[in-house]
Amino acid sequence: MDQKRKIRVLVAKPGLDGHDRGARIIARTYRDAGFEVVYSGLHQTPEEVVQAAIQEDVDMIGLSSLAGAHMYLFPRVVELLKEKGADDIVVCGGGIFPEEDIPKLKEAGIKEIFTPGTPLREVVKWVEDNVKPRS
Amino acid sequence: MGIAERVTSGDIRAVARLIRDIDDKVPGAREVLKDLYPSTGRAYVVGITGAPGVGKSTLVDQMVTHLRKAGKTVGVLAVDPTSPFSGGAILGDRVRMQRHSMDEGVFIRSMATRGYFGGLTQSTRSAIDVLDAMGKDYVIVETVGVGQDEVDIVQSAHTTIIMLIPGMGDDIQALKAGILEVGDIFVINKADREGADRTVSDIRLMIEMDEKRYRNGWKPPILTAQAVSDIGIEEILDEIEKHHKYLTSSPRRQSRVMYEKARNDLVEMIKDRIVHEVLEDIIHSGEFEEVLQLIVERKIDPYTACDTIVSTRLRSGSK
Repeated sequence: MDQKRKIRVLVAKPGLDGHDRGARIIARTYRDAGFEVVYSGLHQTPEEVVQAAIQEDVDMIGLSSLAGAHMYLFPRVVELLKEKGADDIVVCGGGIFPEEDIPKLKEAGIKEIFTPGTPLREVVKWVEDNVKPRS
Repeated sequence: MGIAERVTSGDIRAVARLIRDIDDKVPGAREVLKDLYPSTGRAYVVGITGAPGVGKSTLVDQMVTHLRKAGKTVGVLAVDPTSPFSGGAILGDRVRMQRHSMDEGVFIRSMATRGYFGGLTQSTRSAIDVLDAMGKDYVIVETVGVGQDEVDIVQSAHTTIIMLIPGMGDDIQALKAGILEVGDIFVINKADREGADRTVSDIRLMIEMDEKRYRNGWKPPILTAQAVSDIGIEEILDEIEKHHKYLTSSPRRQSRVMYEKARNDLVEMIKDRIVHEVLEDIIHSGEFEEVLQLIVERKIDPYTACDTIVSTRLRSGSK
């Protein structure tokens, strides 16, 4: 019987950005890769994202942002995870970002940033390579 | 501090992790559940089921709001189906409940059905115990009412709510045999839509015809609601409270309810355990695939195959 742990992922949209097509496609792609995907909807504060991630015991948070507030929202999620002692949860981001922000986001603890045009297969492979279900 | 103490003291990470371990069938989780058992039995468990899109998550969200106003703490288990093809799942019930995520008095957990071998019924029951032990006054379990598993889950609740919407027509007839029989309360949601009265009278007729169902003194009420606009929620909570009183009003009835629940729980637990032990063993040893191949080639019949497997795995064997 298949007894191995399943990867659990939270796909979240922090901030006031109302465009969730990308997040939905990613959620669907993760599901098709065999992950359990919790989708928490639009307009989340970083606090809400972190609380949901902890209650759902996810291995990874995928943050989606297209509205330009990522330099505040993404690092804040990482910060809050640390505060709650949950910084074993991997955080990655997807959306539209100015080139120069990407290294800064990574420095702030966002493990990987995906920009438009990334093949979905790569997004899945990255998770499989970098996120292990916690035991 | 051990995991059980962390759970009973309300440690959210410990609770979240334990539910994960239960779901993933980590052997240690069972030991923790044994330790937790004395702290269970206090929460009132409400099950909500119905077809996709009838508004279950929205109703749960509103119920949580009302219960919180009344000073009650709430645990929510939202069950969504696992894809039979990939084994993955999209768990989207939080979308409707996110406004409660910062409330310390509310714990929301999404669970996937995990397919045939997933033991959904068992893991959901255990998750109810965990939320009960962490001290929640109410535990609300929400499932899509399509399969026997889902019906079993809501049946382990104290009060089971069946949710419908107007215009389901003949679907109600189809539901009749399975789901309608387990309902303690019926809610017709989206009652502003055309045909709500018709749906109410259809359900009423069905209940009236099934006299033995309410001979014991509880006749399932049929309520209308518009969950999204917060209409009809108080009435639903009142009926839950009435049903609660009904269950506990006579000691004889209460002990019968406890007996039924214990019986269901134990049967499920044994079933789950046997499936787990027997199947896991033969799948690991490769025997399962071998036998399967023989059946496919029609060299052996599945009845004999089953007899052999079961009698070698279980000492008592088959008759």
